[in-house]
Amino acid sequence: MIVTPQTFHFSEPLPLRSGATLPAYELVVETYGTLNADQSNAVLICHALNASHHVAGWYADESGQPLARSEGWWNNMIGPGKPVDTDRYFVIGVNNLGSCFGSTGPTHLNPATGTPWGADFPVVTVEDWVDAQARLLDAMGIQTLAAVMGGSLGGMQTLSWTLQYPERVRHAVVVASAPNLTAENIAFNEVARRAIVTDPDFHGGHYLSEGTLPRRGLRIARMIGHITYLSDDVMNEKFGRSLRSSDAEDPTATAELAYRYSTQEVEFQIESYLRYQGDKFSEYFDANTYLLITRALDYFDPARSFDGNLTAALARAQAKFFLVSFTTDWRFSPARSREIVKALLDNQRDVSYAEIDAPHGHDAFLLDDARYLQAVRAYFEQTIAGTRA
Amino acid sequence: MSEKPLMDAIARLVPPGSRVLDLGCGDGALLDHLQSTRACSGYGVEIDDAKVLACMRRGVNVLQLNLEDGLTMFGDNAFDVVLQIDTLQHLRNAETMLRETARVGRLGVVAFPNFAHWPNRLHVLQGRMPVTKRLPYQWYDTPNIRVGTHADFEVLARRNGLTIEDSFGLQEGREVRVLPNLMASTAVFRFSS
Repeated sequence: MIVTPQTFHFSEPLPLRSGATLPAYELVVETYGTLNADQSNAVLICHALNASHHVAGWYADESGQPLARSEGWWNNMIGPGKPVDTDRYFVIGVNNLGSCFGSTGPTHLNPATGTPWGADFPVVTVEDWVDAQARLLDAMGIQTLAAVMGGSLGGMQTLSWTLQYPERVRHAVVVASAPNLTAENIAFNEVARRAIVTDPDFHGGHYLSEGTLPRRGLRIARMIGHITYLSDDVMNEKFGRSLRSSDAEDPTATAELAYRYSTQEVEFQIESYLRYQGDKFSEYFDANTYLLITRALDYFDPARSFDGNLTAALARAQAKFFLVSFTTDWRFSPARSREIVKALLDNQRDVSYAEIDAPHGHDAFLLDDARYLQAVRAYFEQTIAGTRA
Repeated sequence: MSEKPLMDAIARLVPPGSRVLDLGCGDGALLDHLQSTRACSGYGVEIDDAKVLACMRRGVNVLQLNLEDGLTMFGDNAFDVVLQIDTLQHLRNAETMLRETARVGRLGVVAFPNFAHWPNRLHVLQGRMPVTKRLPYQWYDTPNIRVGTHADFEVLARRNGLTIEDSFGLQEGREVRVLPNLMASTAVFRFSS
Protein backbone atom coordinates (compact mmCIF):
# COMPACT_ATOMS: atom_id res chain seq x y z
CA MET A 1 0.00 0.00 0.00
CA ILE A 2 1.61 3.24 -1.23
CA VAL A 3 0.51 6.24 0.79
CA THR A 4 0.88 10.02 0.61
CA PRO A 5 0.54 12.54 3.43
CA GLN A 6 -1.63 15.63 3.10
CA THR A 7 -1.66 18.87 5.05
CA PHE A 8 -4.71 20.57 6.58
CA HIS A 9 -4.53 24.29 7.39
CA PHE A 10 -6.47 25.72 10.32
CA SER A 11 -6.84 29.48 10.66
CA GLU A 12 -9.16 29.51 13.68
CA PRO A 13 -6.98 29.94 16.81
CA LEU A 14 -6.75 26.89 19.09
CA PRO A 15 -7.09 27.67 22.80
CA LEU A 16 -4.74 25.47 24.86
CA ARG A 17 -5.04 24.13 28.42
CA SER A 18 -2.06 26.26 29.45
CA GLY A 19 -4.03 29.43 28.69
CA ALA A 20 -1.96 30.13 25.59
CA THR A 21 -3.46 30.12 22.10
CA LEU A 22 -2.06 28.71 18.91
CA PRO A 23 -3.05 31.37 16.33
CA ALA A 24 -2.98 29.16 13.25
CA TYR A 25 -1.61 25.71 12.62
CA GLU A 26 -1.24 22.83 10.23
CA LEU A 27 -1.85 19.13 10.77
CA VAL A 28 -0.25 16.51 8.57
CA VAL A 29 -2.49 13.56 7.94
CA GLU A 30 -2.59 10.22 6.15
CA THR A 31 -5.74 8.29 5.37
CA TYR A 32 -6.20 4.71 4.23
CA GLY A 33 -9.30 3.08 2.82
CA THR A 34 -12.54 4.77 1.83
CA LEU A 35 -15.04 6.67 3.93
CA ASN A 36 -18.42 5.00 3.42
CA ALA A 37 -21.59 6.86 2.44
CA ASP A 38 -23.01 7.19 5.96
CA GLN A 39 -19.53 8.00 7.32
CA SER A 40 -19.73 5.23 9.89
CA ASN A 41 -16.39 3.52 9.24
CA ALA A 42 -13.85 6.14 10.29
CA VAL A 43 -11.07 5.06 12.67
CA LEU A 44 -8.65 7.55 14.18
CA ILE A 45 -5.17 6.34 15.16
CA CYS A 46 -3.35 8.36 17.83
CA HIS A 47 0.42 8.16 17.91
CA ALA A 48 2.86 7.82 20.80
CA LEU A 49 6.07 9.66 21.65
CA ASN A 50 8.27 9.29 18.60
CA ALA A 51 5.76 8.35 15.91
CA SER A 52 3.71 10.29 13.40
CA HIS A 53 0.80 10.37 10.97
CA HIS A 54 2.62 7.73 8.92
CA VAL A 55 0.82 4.80 10.50
CA ALA A 56 0.62 2.32 7.65
CA GLY A 57 1.83 1.59 4.14
CA TRP A 58 4.93 2.76 2.35
CA TYR A 59 6.04 5.92 0.60
CA ALA A 60 6.91 5.72 -3.09
CA ASP A 61 10.22 6.60 -4.73
CA GLU A 62 10.36 8.50 -8.06
CA SER A 63 9.47 5.37 -10.01
CA GLY A 64 6.45 4.64 -7.82
CA GLN A 65 8.10 1.71 -6.03
CA PRO A 66 7.99 1.38 -2.22
CA LEU A 67 10.80 3.40 -0.70
CA ALA A 68 13.19 1.37 1.46
CA ARG A 69 12.64 1.77 5.21
CA SER A 70 9.54 3.93 4.71
CA GLU A 71 7.13 1.49 6.37
CA GLY A 72 4.41 3.00 8.60
CA TRP A 73 4.94 2.44 12.33
CA TRP A 74 1.82 0.30 12.80
CA ASN A 75 1.89 -1.40 9.40
CA ASN A 76 1.54 -4.85 10.99
CA MET A 77 -1.77 -3.74 12.53
CA ILE A 78 -3.34 -1.51 9.90
CA GLY A 79 -3.82 -2.04 6.17
CA PRO A 80 -5.75 -4.16 3.68
CA GLY A 81 -6.65 -7.47 5.35
CA LYS A 82 -4.83 -6.47 8.54
CA PRO A 83 -6.47 -6.55 12.01
CA VAL A 84 -7.65 -2.97 11.42
CA ASP A 85 -8.73 -3.69 7.87
CA THR A 86 -8.54 -0.69 5.54
CA ASP A 87 -10.75 -2.57 3.07
CA ARG A 88 -13.52 -2.00 5.61
CA TYR A 89 -12.44 1.03 7.59
CA PHE A 90 -11.38 4.53 6.69
CA VAL A 91 -8.32 4.96 8.87
CA ILE A 92 -6.87 8.36 9.76
CA GLY A 93 -3.35 8.95 11.04
CA VAL A 94 -2.61 12.45 12.29
CA ASN A 95 0.62 14.04 13.46
CA ASN A 96 0.18 15.91 16.73
CA LEU A 97 0.90 19.56 17.39
CA GLY A 98 4.40 20.11 18.74
CA SER A 99 5.78 17.19 16.76
CA CYS A 100 8.73 17.38 14.39
CA PHE A 101 7.19 15.35 11.58
CA GLY A 102 5.23 18.03 9.75
CA SER A 103 2.40 19.36 11.91
CA THR A 104 3.01 22.75 13.47
CA GLY A 105 5.77 22.41 16.05
CA PRO A 106 8.86 24.01 17.56
CA THR A 107 10.95 23.64 14.38
CA HIS A 108 8.42 25.78 12.47
CA LEU A 109 8.57 29.56 12.24
CA ASN A 110 6.82 31.55 14.94
CA PRO A 111 4.72 34.04 12.95
CA ALA A 112 5.23 36.64 15.68
CA THR A 113 9.05 36.64 15.36
CA GLY A 114 9.85 35.08 12.01
CA THR A 115 12.32 32.72 13.72
CA PRO A 116 11.78 29.08 14.73
CA TRP A 117 9.43 28.63 17.71
CA GLY A 118 12.04 26.60 19.58
CA ALA A 119 11.46 26.71 23.32
CA ASP A 120 8.69 29.31 22.84
CA PHE A 121 6.33 26.77 21.32
CA PRO A 122 3.42 26.57 23.77
CA VAL A 123 3.10 23.55 26.03
CA VAL A 124 0.49 21.23 24.53
CA THR A 125 -1.48 18.59 26.42
CA VAL A 126 -3.20 15.36 25.45
CA GLU A 127 -6.48 17.28 25.69
CA ASP A 128 -5.18 19.96 23.30
CA TRP A 129 -4.17 17.29 20.80
CA VAL A 130 -7.62 15.75 20.99
CA ASP A 131 -9.21 19.17 20.42
CA ALA A 132 -7.05 19.62 17.32
CA GLN A 133 -7.92 16.12 16.11
CA ALA A 134 -11.63 16.90 16.56
CA ARG A 135 -11.24 19.98 14.38
CA LEU A 136 -9.54 17.80 11.79
CA LEU A 137 -12.57 15.53 11.77
CA ASP A 138 -14.81 18.58 11.40
CA ALA A 139 -12.74 19.64 8.41
CA MET A 140 -13.09 16.14 6.95
CA GLY A 141 -16.84 16.20 7.54
CA ILE A 142 -16.74 13.24 9.94
CA GLN A 143 -19.07 13.53 12.91
CA THR A 144 -18.63 10.17 14.63
CA LEU A 145 -15.73 7.73 14.78
CA ALA A 146 -16.30 3.99 14.61
CA ALA A 147 -13.20 3.78 16.79
CA VAL A 148 -10.28 5.67 18.22
CA MET A 149 -7.18 3.57 18.82
CA GLY A 150 -3.72 4.15 20.20
CA GLY A 151 -0.90 2.62 22.21
CA SER A 152 0.98 4.15 25.14
CA LEU A 153 0.60 7.95 24.84
CA GLY A 154 -1.74 7.21 21.92
CA GLY A 155 -3.88 5.21 24.35
CA MET A 156 -4.07 8.25 26.60
CA GLN A 157 -5.41 10.31 23.67
CA THR A 158 -7.90 7.54 22.95
CA LEU A 159 -9.12 7.58 26.54
CA SER A 160 -9.29 11.38 26.47
CA TRP A 161 -11.38 11.28 23.29
CA THR A 162 -14.06 9.29 25.11
CA LEU A 163 -14.15 11.95 27.83
CA GLN A 164 -13.85 15.13 25.74
CA TYR A 165 -16.13 14.06 22.87
CA PRO A 166 -18.09 11.12 24.28
CA GLU A 167 -20.80 11.38 21.63
CA ARG A 168 -18.30 11.19 18.78
CA VAL A 169 -16.62 7.88 19.73
CA ARG A 170 -18.33 4.49 19.43
CA HIS A 171 -15.35 2.31 20.34
CA ALA A 172 -12.06 2.97 22.10
CA VAL A 173 -9.08 0.63 21.71
CA VAL A 174 -6.50 1.47 24.37
CA VAL A 175 -3.24 -0.48 24.16
CA ALA A 176 -0.38 -0.56 26.71
CA SER A 177 -1.54 2.66 28.30
CA ALA A 178 -2.33 4.17 31.70
CA PRO A 179 -4.74 6.63 33.31
CA ASN A 180 -1.72 8.78 34.28
CA LEU A 181 2.02 8.41 34.81
CA THR A 182 3.41 7.16 38.09
CA ALA A 183 6.18 9.07 39.91
CA GLU A 184 8.74 6.60 38.58
CA ASN A 185 7.52 7.18 35.06
CA ILE A 186 7.70 10.97 35.41
CA ALA A 187 11.17 10.46 36.86
CA PHE A 188 12.37 8.70 33.71
CA ASN A 189 10.97 11.55 31.63
CA GLU A 190 12.71 14.09 33.83
CA VAL A 191 16.11 12.39 33.45
CA ALA A 192 15.62 12.47 29.68
CA ARG A 193 14.65 16.13 29.76
CA ARG A 194 17.62 17.08 31.94
CA ALA A 195 19.94 15.30 29.53
CA ILE A 196 18.61 17.51 26.73
CA VAL A 197 18.35 20.78 28.62
CA THR A 198 21.85 20.54 30.09
CA ASP A 199 23.47 19.83 26.72
CA PRO A 200 25.64 22.93 25.99
CA ASP A 201 24.21 22.92 22.46
CA PHE A 202 20.64 23.33 23.78
CA HIS A 203 20.89 27.12 24.14
CA GLY A 204 17.72 27.42 26.19
CA GLY A 205 15.82 25.64 23.44
CA HIS A 206 16.80 28.10 20.69
CA TYR A 207 19.48 25.87 19.17
CA LEU A 208 18.07 26.24 15.65
CA SER A 209 18.62 30.00 15.76
CA GLU A 210 22.12 29.25 17.07
CA GLY A 211 22.81 26.77 14.28
CA THR A 212 23.41 23.87 16.65
CA LEU A 213 21.57 20.69 17.74
CA PRO A 214 21.64 19.20 21.26
CA ARG A 215 22.43 15.74 19.92
CA ARG A 216 24.24 14.52 23.01
CA GLY A 217 21.22 15.21 25.18
CA LEU A 218 18.84 13.60 22.72
CA ARG A 219 21.01 10.50 22.50
CA ILE A 220 20.97 9.99 26.25
CA ALA A 221 17.24 10.73 26.42
CA ARG A 222 16.64 8.05 23.81
CA MET A 223 18.94 5.55 25.54
CA ILE A 224 17.02 5.93 28.80
CA GLY A 225 13.69 5.68 27.02
CA HIS A 226 14.78 2.61 25.12
CA ILE A 227 15.77 0.76 28.30
CA THR A 228 12.31 1.34 29.74
CA TYR A 229 10.57 0.07 26.59
CA LEU A 230 12.26 -3.33 26.82
CA SER A 231 12.07 -6.05 29.44
CA ASP A 232 14.95 -7.51 31.40
CA ASP A 233 14.31 -10.91 29.81
CA VAL A 234 14.35 -9.62 26.25
CA MET A 235 17.49 -7.60 26.84
CA ASN A 236 19.21 -10.65 28.32
CA GLU A 237 18.08 -12.84 25.48
CA LYS A 238 19.07 -10.35 22.81
CA PHE A 239 22.35 -9.13 24.28
CA GLY A 240 23.09 -10.93 27.50
CA ARG A 241 26.66 -10.17 28.51
CA SER A 242 27.93 -10.49 24.95
CA LEU A 243 30.83 -8.24 24.14
CA ARG A 244 30.99 -5.49 21.49
CA SER A 245 28.94 -5.90 18.37
CA SER A 246 31.87 -5.43 15.98
CA ASP A 247 32.73 -9.05 16.69
CA ALA A 248 29.18 -10.35 16.70
CA GLU A 249 29.53 -11.83 13.19
CA ASP A 250 31.71 -14.54 14.63
CA PRO A 251 30.18 -15.97 17.81
CA THR A 252 33.28 -17.94 18.79
CA ALA A 253 35.39 -14.83 18.49
CA THR A 254 32.83 -13.00 20.62
CA ALA A 255 33.00 -15.69 23.27
CA GLU A 256 36.75 -15.52 23.42
CA LEU A 257 37.01 -11.75 23.34
CA ALA A 258 39.00 -10.33 26.18
CA TYR A 259 37.83 -7.40 28.22
CA ARG A 260 39.38 -4.13 27.20
CA TYR A 261 39.50 -2.89 30.76
CA SER A 262 38.37 0.48 29.50
CA THR A 263 35.89 2.74 31.29
CA GLN A 264 34.90 4.66 28.16
CA GLU A 265 35.10 2.35 25.14
CA VAL A 266 32.13 0.19 24.23
CA GLU A 267 32.60 -3.12 26.00
CA PHE A 268 29.20 -4.86 25.98
CA GLN A 269 26.81 -5.31 23.06
CA ILE A 270 23.99 -3.62 24.94
CA GLU A 271 26.14 -0.49 25.10
CA SER A 272 26.73 -0.37 21.38
CA TYR A 273 23.04 -1.08 20.75
CA LEU A 274 21.94 1.80 22.97
CA ARG A 275 24.54 4.13 21.46
CA TYR A 276 23.35 3.19 17.98
CA GLN A 277 19.71 3.82 18.91
CA GLY A 278 20.65 7.14 20.49
CA ASP A 279 22.71 8.24 17.48
CA LYS A 280 19.96 7.34 15.02
CA PHE A 281 17.30 9.12 17.09
CA SER A 282 19.35 12.30 17.53
CA GLU A 283 19.61 12.64 13.75
CA TYR A 284 15.86 12.84 13.11
CA PHE A 285 14.12 13.91 16.30
CA ASP A 286 13.75 17.45 17.62
CA ALA A 287 14.81 18.12 21.20
CA ASN A 288 12.01 20.59 21.96
CA THR A 289 9.50 18.10 20.64
CA TYR A 290 10.93 15.51 23.04
CA LEU A 291 10.47 17.93 25.92
CA LEU A 292 6.92 18.82 24.85
CA ILE A 293 5.74 15.26 24.34
CA THR A 294 7.19 13.91 27.58
CA ARG A 295 5.49 16.81 29.38
CA ALA A 296 2.17 15.95 27.72
CA LEU A 297 2.64 12.44 29.15
CA ASP A 298 3.37 13.83 32.62
CA TYR A 299 0.37 16.16 32.66
CA PHE A 300 -2.22 13.64 31.50
CA ASP A 301 -4.45 12.77 34.45
CA PRO A 302 -8.18 12.82 33.73
CA ALA A 303 -8.96 11.90 37.36
CA ARG A 304 -7.18 15.00 38.67
CA SER A 305 -10.26 17.22 38.51
CA PHE A 306 -12.26 14.46 40.25
CA ASP A 307 -10.10 14.27 43.39
CA GLY A 308 -8.19 11.40 41.85
CA ASN A 309 -11.36 9.37 41.38
CA LEU A 310 -10.98 7.67 38.00
CA THR A 311 -14.44 6.13 38.21
CA ALA A 312 -15.98 9.59 38.47
CA ALA A 313 -13.72 10.87 35.67
CA LEU A 314 -14.79 8.09 33.31
CA ALA A 315 -18.51 8.48 34.02
CA ARG A 316 -18.76 10.69 30.94
CA ALA A 317 -17.45 8.02 28.56
CA GLN A 318 -20.10 6.44 26.35
CA ALA A 319 -17.85 4.33 24.12
CA LYS A 320 -17.34 0.60 24.27
CA PHE A 321 -13.77 -0.20 25.26
CA PHE A 322 -11.16 -2.77 24.43
CA LEU A 323 -7.96 -2.58 26.45
CA VAL A 324 -4.77 -4.53 25.94
CA SER A 325 -1.73 -4.74 28.17
CA PHE A 326 1.45 -6.82 28.11
CA THR A 327 2.64 -8.74 31.15
CA THR A 328 6.31 -7.69 30.87
CA ASP A 329 5.54 -4.00 30.22
CA TRP A 330 6.82 -2.24 33.32
CA ARG A 331 6.61 1.28 31.90
CA PHE A 332 2.82 0.95 31.33
CA SER A 333 2.12 -2.12 33.42
CA PRO A 334 -1.01 -4.28 33.26
CA ALA A 335 -1.98 -2.95 36.70
CA ARG A 336 -2.44 0.52 35.15
CA SER A 337 -4.68 -0.85 32.40
CA ARG A 338 -6.68 -2.72 35.02
CA GLU A 339 -7.29 0.60 36.80
CA ILE A 340 -9.01 1.84 33.66
CA VAL A 341 -10.94 -1.42 33.34
CA LYS A 342 -12.10 -1.14 36.94
CA ALA A 343 -13.29 2.44 36.47
CA LEU A 344 -15.24 1.36 33.38
CA LEU A 345 -16.76 -1.59 35.28
CA ASP A 346 -17.80 0.77 38.07
CA ASN A 347 -19.62 2.78 35.40
CA GLN A 348 -21.17 -0.36 33.88
CA ARG A 349 -19.57 0.32 30.52
CA ASP A 350 -18.98 -2.36 27.93
CA VAL A 351 -15.34 -3.34 28.16
CA SER A 352 -13.10 -6.22 27.17
CA TYR A 353 -9.56 -6.61 28.37
CA ALA A 354 -6.72 -8.78 27.10
CA GLU A 355 -3.55 -9.22 29.10
CA ILE A 356 -1.02 -10.62 26.66
CA ASP A 357 1.79 -12.71 28.12
CA ALA A 358 4.44 -11.30 25.77
CA PRO A 359 8.13 -11.03 26.65
CA HIS A 360 8.91 -7.75 24.89
CA GLY A 361 8.03 -5.15 27.49
CA HIS A 362 6.35 -1.91 26.39
CA ASP A 363 7.60 -2.39 22.83
CA ALA A 364 5.25 -5.36 22.50
CA PHE A 365 2.43 -3.06 21.41
CA LEU A 366 4.28 -2.45 18.12
CA LEU A 367 5.34 -6.06 17.54
CA ASP A 368 3.78 -9.15 16.00
CA ASP A 369 2.12 -11.32 18.60
CA ALA A 370 -0.61 -13.52 17.18
CA ARG A 371 -2.77 -13.35 20.33
CA TYR A 372 -2.63 -9.56 20.34
CA LEU A 373 -3.26 -9.10 16.63
CA GLN A 374 -6.06 -11.69 16.59
CA ALA A 375 -7.77 -10.05 19.55
CA VAL A 376 -7.70 -6.64 17.88
CA ARG A 377 -8.98 -8.21 14.67
CA ALA A 378 -11.81 -9.92 16.55
CA TYR A 379 -12.74 -6.65 18.22
CA PHE A 380 -12.83 -4.74 14.95
CA GLU A 381 -14.88 -7.45 13.27
CA GLN A 382 -17.32 -7.15 16.18
CA THR A 383 -17.22 -3.37 15.83
CA ILE A 384 -18.51 -3.78 12.31
CA ALA A 385 -21.30 -5.99 13.61
CA GLY A 386 -22.07 -3.33 16.21
CA THR A 387 -22.00 -0.63 13.55
CA ARG A 388 -24.52 -2.47 11.42
CA ALA A 389 -26.85 -3.14 14.33
CA MET B 1 -22.28 -34.10 29.92
CA SER B 2 -23.05 -31.94 26.90
CA GLU B 3 -22.94 -28.16 27.18
CA LYS B 4 -26.47 -27.32 26.10
CA PRO B 5 -28.48 -28.93 28.94
CA LEU B 6 -26.11 -27.38 31.50
CA MET B 7 -26.52 -23.98 29.84
CA ASP B 8 -30.31 -24.30 29.86
CA ALA B 9 -30.35 -25.44 33.48
CA ILE B 10 -28.15 -22.51 34.52
CA ALA B 11 -30.11 -20.02 32.42
CA ARG B 12 -33.28 -20.97 34.29
CA LEU B 13 -31.60 -19.85 37.52
CA VAL B 14 -30.74 -16.40 36.15
CA PRO B 15 -33.52 -13.80 36.33
CA PRO B 16 -34.18 -12.12 32.96
CA GLY B 17 -32.38 -8.81 32.47
CA SER B 18 -29.71 -9.58 35.07
CA ARG B 19 -26.24 -8.06 35.08
CA VAL B 20 -24.06 -11.14 35.12
CA LEU B 21 -20.44 -11.85 35.95
CA ASP B 22 -19.35 -15.24 34.63
CA LEU B 23 -16.18 -16.41 36.39
CA GLY B 24 -14.23 -18.81 34.21
CA CYS B 25 -16.51 -18.08 31.26
CA GLY B 26 -14.68 -20.33 28.77
CA ASP B 27 -15.59 -19.52 25.18
CA GLY B 28 -18.40 -17.21 26.29
CA ALA B 29 -21.20 -19.51 25.09
CA LEU B 30 -23.20 -19.27 28.34
CA LEU B 31 -22.93 -15.48 28.51
CA ASP B 32 -23.91 -15.27 24.85
CA HIS B 33 -26.88 -17.55 25.58
CA LEU B 34 -27.96 -15.43 28.57
CA GLN B 35 -27.68 -12.26 26.51
CA SER B 36 -29.69 -13.57 23.58
CA THR B 37 -32.34 -15.57 25.44
CA ARG B 38 -32.69 -13.72 28.76
CA ALA B 39 -31.72 -10.15 27.90
CA CYS B 40 -28.80 -10.26 30.33
CA SER B 41 -25.69 -8.11 30.15
CA GLY B 42 -22.29 -8.37 31.78
CA TYR B 43 -18.80 -9.74 31.55
CA GLY B 44 -16.93 -12.98 31.46
CA VAL B 45 -13.65 -13.54 33.26
CA GLU B 46 -11.19 -15.93 31.67
CA ILE B 47 -7.45 -16.51 31.84
CA ASP B 48 -6.86 -18.71 28.80
CA ASP B 49 -5.74 -16.85 25.63
CA ALA B 50 -7.68 -19.02 23.19
CA LYS B 51 -10.88 -18.78 25.23
CA VAL B 52 -10.53 -15.01 25.58
CA LEU B 53 -10.26 -14.80 21.80
CA ALA B 54 -13.31 -17.05 21.38
CA CYS B 55 -15.30 -14.68 23.61
CA MET B 56 -14.17 -11.69 21.58
CA ARG B 57 -15.21 -13.42 18.37
CA ARG B 58 -18.68 -13.87 19.89
CA GLY B 59 -18.77 -10.21 20.85
CA VAL B 60 -19.06 -11.06 24.53
CA ASN B 61 -17.37 -8.71 27.01
CA VAL B 62 -14.42 -10.62 28.40
CA LEU B 63 -11.78 -9.67 30.96
CA GLN B 64 -8.52 -11.60 30.93
CA LEU B 65 -7.81 -11.94 34.64
CA ASN B 66 -6.48 -14.60 36.97
CA LEU B 67 -9.20 -15.59 39.45
CA GLU B 68 -6.49 -16.62 41.89
CA ASP B 69 -5.79 -12.89 42.26
CA GLY B 70 -9.29 -12.41 43.69
CA LEU B 71 -12.17 -10.19 42.65
CA THR B 72 -10.90 -6.85 43.97
CA MET B 73 -11.76 -5.26 40.65
CA PHE B 74 -15.46 -5.77 41.31
CA GLY B 75 -17.50 -3.80 43.84
CA ASP B 76 -19.91 -5.16 46.46
CA ASN B 77 -23.20 -6.30 44.91
CA ALA B 78 -22.03 -4.97 41.53
CA PHE B 79 -23.85 -7.81 39.76
CA ASP B 80 -27.27 -9.40 40.00
CA VAL B 81 -25.78 -12.82 39.43
CA VAL B 82 -22.24 -14.20 39.65
CA LEU B 83 -21.69 -17.54 37.93
CA GLN B 84 -19.02 -20.14 38.70
CA ILE B 85 -19.79 -22.89 36.24
CA ASP B 86 -17.20 -25.65 36.33
CA THR B 87 -14.74 -23.16 37.78
CA LEU B 88 -14.66 -23.83 41.52
CA GLN B 89 -12.88 -27.16 41.13
CA HIS B 90 -9.91 -25.47 39.41
CA LEU B 91 -9.29 -22.83 42.06
CA ARG B 92 -6.66 -23.03 44.74
CA ASN B 93 -8.51 -20.38 46.75
CA ALA B 94 -11.94 -21.98 46.29
CA GLU B 95 -13.38 -20.90 49.64
CA THR B 96 -12.20 -17.29 49.28
CA MET B 97 -13.68 -17.19 45.79
CA LEU B 98 -16.99 -18.48 47.11
CA ARG B 99 -17.10 -15.65 49.65
CA GLU B 100 -16.05 -13.17 46.96
CA THR B 101 -18.79 -14.47 44.67
CA ALA B 102 -21.31 -13.80 47.42
CA ARG B 103 -19.88 -10.33 48.00
CA VAL B 104 -19.88 -9.23 44.34
CA GLY B 105 -23.23 -10.73 43.36
CA ARG B 106 -26.68 -10.56 44.91
CA LEU B 107 -27.07 -14.15 43.73
CA GLY B 108 -24.41 -16.78 43.21
CA VAL B 109 -24.74 -19.82 40.98
CA VAL B 110 -22.16 -22.58 41.27
CA ALA B 111 -21.93 -25.83 39.32
CA PHE B 112 -19.20 -28.44 39.68
CA PRO B 113 -18.67 -32.19 39.24
CA ASN B 114 -20.14 -34.16 42.13
CA PHE B 115 -17.56 -36.62 43.35
CA ALA B 116 -20.20 -38.59 45.29
CA HIS B 117 -22.12 -39.62 42.16
CA TRP B 118 -22.58 -43.39 42.50
CA PRO B 119 -20.23 -44.47 39.65
CA ASN B 120 -17.46 -42.46 41.30
CA ARG B 121 -18.18 -44.21 44.59
CA LEU B 122 -17.89 -47.58 42.83
CA HIS B 123 -14.51 -46.63 41.42
CA VAL B 124 -13.26 -45.65 44.86
CA LEU B 125 -14.70 -48.82 46.44
CA GLN B 126 -12.66 -50.77 43.89
CA GLY B 127 -9.65 -48.85 45.13
CA ARG B 128 -9.22 -46.56 42.12
CA MET B 129 -9.90 -42.89 41.48
CA PRO B 130 -12.87 -42.42 39.14
CA VAL B 131 -12.39 -41.80 35.43
CA THR B 132 -15.77 -41.03 33.88
CA LYS B 133 -17.38 -38.93 31.17
CA ARG B 134 -17.81 -36.13 33.73
CA LEU B 135 -14.40 -36.66 35.35
CA PRO B 136 -12.36 -37.80 32.37
CA TYR B 137 -8.91 -37.24 33.85
CA GLN B 138 -6.42 -39.52 35.51
CA TRP B 139 -5.61 -38.65 39.13
CA TYR B 140 -2.14 -37.44 38.17
CA ASP B 141 -3.16 -35.05 35.38
CA THR B 142 -6.52 -33.73 36.50
CA PRO B 143 -7.05 -29.95 36.49
CA ASN B 144 -9.71 -30.51 39.15
CA ILE B 145 -7.63 -29.66 42.20
CA ARG B 146 -10.70 -29.35 44.47
CA VAL B 147 -12.74 -32.53 44.52
CA GLY B 148 -15.96 -32.20 46.49
CA THR B 149 -19.46 -33.54 46.69
CA HIS B 150 -22.94 -32.07 46.56
CA ALA B 151 -23.18 -32.61 50.32
CA ASP B 152 -19.74 -31.07 50.94
CA PHE B 153 -20.77 -27.84 49.26
CA GLU B 154 -23.83 -27.50 51.49
CA VAL B 155 -21.52 -27.63 54.49
CA LEU B 156 -19.11 -25.10 53.01
CA ALA B 157 -21.94 -22.73 52.08
CA ARG B 158 -23.38 -22.92 55.62
CA ARG B 159 -19.96 -22.37 57.13
CA ASN B 160 -19.67 -19.14 55.13
CA GLY B 161 -23.13 -17.93 56.12
CA LEU B 162 -24.61 -18.32 52.65
CA THR B 163 -28.30 -19.00 52.14
CA ILE B 164 -28.91 -21.82 49.65
CA GLU B 165 -31.99 -20.80 47.68
CA ASP B 166 -32.01 -23.82 45.43
CA SER B 167 -29.87 -26.83 44.75
CA PHE B 168 -30.19 -29.87 42.55
CA GLY B 169 -28.16 -32.34 40.58
CA LEU B 170 -27.79 -32.55 36.84
CA GLN B 171 -27.55 -35.90 35.11
CA GLU B 172 -27.70 -36.40 31.35
CA GLY B 173 -29.28 -32.96 31.03
CA ARG B 174 -32.06 -33.65 33.56
CA GLU B 175 -32.52 -32.01 36.92
CA VAL B 176 -32.14 -34.51 39.76
CA ARG B 177 -33.93 -33.45 42.92
CA VAL B 178 -34.07 -36.83 44.68
CA LEU B 179 -30.77 -37.93 46.25
CA PRO B 180 -28.71 -35.60 44.03
CA ASN B 181 -25.55 -36.42 45.99
CA LEU B 182 -25.84 -40.02 44.84
CA MET B 183 -27.69 -39.73 41.55
CA ALA B 184 -26.13 -36.77 39.68
CA SER B 185 -22.70 -36.14 38.20
CA THR B 186 -23.05 -32.37 38.50
CA ALA B 187 -24.03 -30.34 41.55
CA VAL B 188 -25.77 -26.98 41.07
CA PHE B 189 -26.39 -24.40 43.78
CA ARG B 190 -28.08 -21.03 43.78
CA PHE B 191 -27.31 -19.00 46.89
CA SER B 192 -27.33 -15.52 48.36
CA SER B 193 -25.42 -14.02 51.25
